[in-house]
Amino acid sequence: MGTGGGAVTSVGVIVYPGTNCEHDVVEALESLGGRARLIWHTSTDLGGCDAVVVPGGFAHGDYLRPGAIARFSPVTGALAAFAAAGGPVLGICNGFQVLTEAGLLPGALQKNRGLTFLCTTVTVRVETTRSALTNRATLGQRLRIPINHFEGNYTCDAATLRTLRDHDRVVLRYEDNPNGSVDDIAGICNEGRNVVGLMPHPERASQELLGSTDGRVLLESLLSAAGVPVGA
Amino acid sequence: MSGFDVLVEVRLRAGIADPEGATIERALPALGFEGISDVSVGKAFRLRVEAVSEEDAVTRAGDLAHRLLANPVIEDATVTVMP
Repeated sequence: MGTGGGAVTSVGVIVYPGTNCEHDVVEALESLGGRARLIWHTSTDLGGCDAVVVPGGFAHGDYLRPGAIARFSPVTGALAAFAAAGGPVLGICNGFQVLTEAGLLPGALQKNRGLTFLCTTVTVRVETTRSALTNRATLGQRLRIPINHFEGNYTCDAATLRTLRDHDRVVLRYEDNPNGSVDDIAGICNEGRNVVGLMPHPERASQELLGSTDGRVLLESLLSAAGVPVGA
Repeated sequence: MSGFDVLVEVRLRAGIADPEGATIERALPALGFEGISDVSVGKAFRLRVEAVSEEDAVTRAGDLAHRLLANPVIEDATVTVMP
C-alpha cells in the first residue's frame, strides 16, 4: 500500500494451467515501474487491479483449440466483466487466442499458412495510437518484436474485417506477413479500445539483453492506460 | 431417457484455408495415390448422450458442438446418431 493512502496501481497477470510467459510479463512491467502480480485461473476476483494481461503459453494445454477451454475458467468471467467496465486488457499470443475464444475480441487465430511453427523476430507497424497498447507509440512506428506461435493466422469474416478497418481497430500490422493473417493483422482492439490482442511478445523485447527494447513502448502504453505514471 | 452414441464432426467452413488438408493432398501422388482430391482435415468427437429421443440427442449434441467443440468463426459441425 502507498503511504499516502492511495491505492497502488497494479497489473494482474492471469495464469491458466499451461500459461508460461507470466514471469516474463511481470518482469517487463516491473522494469518499467509498474507493479504486477499473478492471478490463478480459478480466481473469480481480480483483486482490484488496474489492468490485466493474459500472457502467452498453452492455456489448458491448447486442448480442443488454443483458448477454447480457458474461456470456461472462473477468472475469464471476471476478466470479461473488467473489460466490459472499460478496464485495460492485453492478450499476448495465447492470450490473444483466449480473448477471441472468450468473445472479447472478434475473429479467430488459425494454423499458420505454411504449417510451420514460427519463432523469429518480425517488424510490426503501429496502425493506431488510440488503444490501450499504443497510446504512447507513434502512428506508423516500426517495432521489432519476437513472435512464437503455430496458430497466429488471424482470420475473420468480411463484415468483421470491414468494421475493424472502418473503426480504426487494427492496432498493429506485420511489415512482412509471416503467418497468412488477413490484411497483415498482428493485433486488434475491441470497440471500446481497452481490450487489445496481439501475436507478438512485447515482453520479449523489453531489455537490451533480449535484442530489442521495442516492446517497451507497448507495455508503457498499457501501464499508462492503467493509470501508472510512465517515463517523462 | 436413454443413451445415444453420437458422432460430432467438426470441419473448417468453406472458404477457410485448410493448409493441413492441402499438404496431405500434395503428398498423395508421391505415395502412388491418384484421383484423390478435396482433402480436408477436421476433428471427430464421440459422445454418449442421455436424451428422451434421438432428436433430443441431436439437439443437445448440436448445442454442445456449436458452443464448444467448433469455433463458429472458422468451423462447422455436423451431428450424427450412430447405430
